[in-house]
Amino acid sequence: MTTIEIDHTSRWFGNVVAVNDVSMTVGPGVTGLLGPNGAGKSTLINMMAGFLAPSTGTVTLDGSPIWRNEAVYRQIGIVPEREGMYDFLTGREFVVANAELQGLGDAEAAAALATVQMEYAQDRKISTYSKGMRQRVKMASALVHDPSVLLLDEPFNGMDPRQRMQLMELLRRMGAEGRTVLFSSHILEEVEQLASHIEVIVAGRHAASGDFRRIRRLMTDRPHRYLVRSSDDRALAAALIADPSTAGIEVDLGENALRIQAVDFARFTTLLPKVARDQGIRLLTVSPSDESLESVFSYLVAA
Amino acid sequence: MYDPTVARLTYRALLGRRRAAILFVLPALLIVIAVAVRMFAGADDQVASDVLGGFAIATMVPLIGVIAGTGAIGPEIDDGSIVYLLAKPVKRPRIIFTKLVVAIAVTMVFSAVPTLIAGLILNGNGQQIAVAYTIAALVASIAYSALFLLLGTVSRHAVVLGLVYALVWEALFGSLVPGARTLSVQQWSLALAEKVGGGGAITSDVGLPVATVLLVAVTVVATWYAGQKLRTLKLAGEE
Repeated sequence: MTTIEIDHTSRWFGNVVAVNDVSMTVGPGVTGLLGPNGAGKSTLINMMAGFLAPSTGTVTLDGSPIWRNEAVYRQIGIVPEREGMYDFLTGREFVVANAELQGLGDAEAAAALATVQMEYAQDRKISTYSKGMRQRVKMASALVHDPSVLLLDEPFNGMDPRQRMQLMELLRRMGAEGRTVLFSSHILEEVEQLASHIEVIVAGRHAASGDFRRIRRLMTDRPHRYLVRSSDDRALAAALIADPSTAGIEVDLGENALRIQAVDFARFTTLLPKVARDQGIRLLTVSPSDESLESVFSYLVAA
Repeated sequence: MYDPTVARLTYRALLGRRRAAILFVLPALLIVIAVAVRMFAGADDQVASDVLGGFAIATMVPLIGVIAGTGAIGPEIDDGSIVYLLAKPVKRPRIIFTKLVVAIAVTMVFSAVPTLIAGLILNGNGQQIAVAYTIAALVASIAYSALFLLLGTVSRHAVVLGLVYALVWEALFGSLVPGARTLSVQQWSLALAEKVGGGGAITSDVGLPVATVLLVAVTVVATWYAGQKLRTLKLAGEE
């Protein structure tokens, strides 16, 4: 049982606050760190990985501080986001070097390469690898000492669907074995498929925490805004406002459209086509106007 | 203190890059000059001393030192691959010490060996000139490696800064401003060469005791400080 504890931790760069008073506990199992790009996920992971000092607060591994403490790397394996990784070595040489730096040898390196199914290409230079292959060799280098904690920064970036599935399967297995696995992502679906526990970071703040159902509900229950154009906007508006799933409708004369605010997402999406059909109104445009990830996240922060 | 894995990675990174071509070009140039001078001017102690002092020690050794010293760590910090060394239960000063050993070895091989060969070609080691300058090159290799390794650890512009030091400070100021010579690795190493070479063919502006103390002090302090900087190296900038 290995736990990373982040306690009232902030980190700023000059005047920019990247992480703002975050507290969380990351325990065994797979945890997803979710947030839009630039939210502070990498900064947070870098503090957990001991590559960055917290400006205030503490980041500890089972009680001992991680910053300036090389001994923690016996327990932590890190898969960094950056690509730089001794491209002039073969995959095998790279993993063997990582094993040696942990005081281990060829046997452990071979086992790690087998775990990520990279034996077939282990004697090729890393510079010839695809993105997914590089990611798997990075993974092998992080697993070589059988760590109890695995930190991965945007591990699925640039992977094709098959590679993504393989890596998810591997991470799931690591989590099931009782390891503490934390990965960051800005894609909700990725996190939802893999993580049993989700931490949401938005604009440096800890916005939400829990299992994916709770987070999903928070995200779908927020008010949704739609822009709708139809053959008879006013008749449609009158029919929709009679239903409790609609909170407000504005007739936008400039756009020649309706701006609708729905409070019950599921109900509204079945209501709209039904009402239109019953009233003999043709729907010309139905487009969500605030579906960007950022707006979803900023709603979460406000909630 | 020496880590064979770190050393292996550093050697391969240093000698595998395009930059390494300079490591071969400069010594080759020195040998070509030596051969040409010997053919046209014959064996002359003063000429030999001028070539070795003016090109080998004043230009080639510091340049090789810049390539080897900054190249032993700078590119790894730039492309982020140093993460794989730092995320290990290995003391950071141990990483620096190993990289220093590698940088020194590379600088010595590519500067002291060609200096000796060039000296033998120029005047067959008359007045001990070849050996004297080789010793100067060996000693300077140590101090330059430590200095430029530190530079590579603390600055992203290490190569440029290193070149400015090597060419502007050592070569230009060193010959124009007498005071600057006291703070010059080149002069310190020449103080040693002065003792070895015969007949006053080699001169240094710095006395041997001062030179020795400064050489040791610069090497030790630069290495220690680089180790400290690596302990707090921040890999992540702003997102």
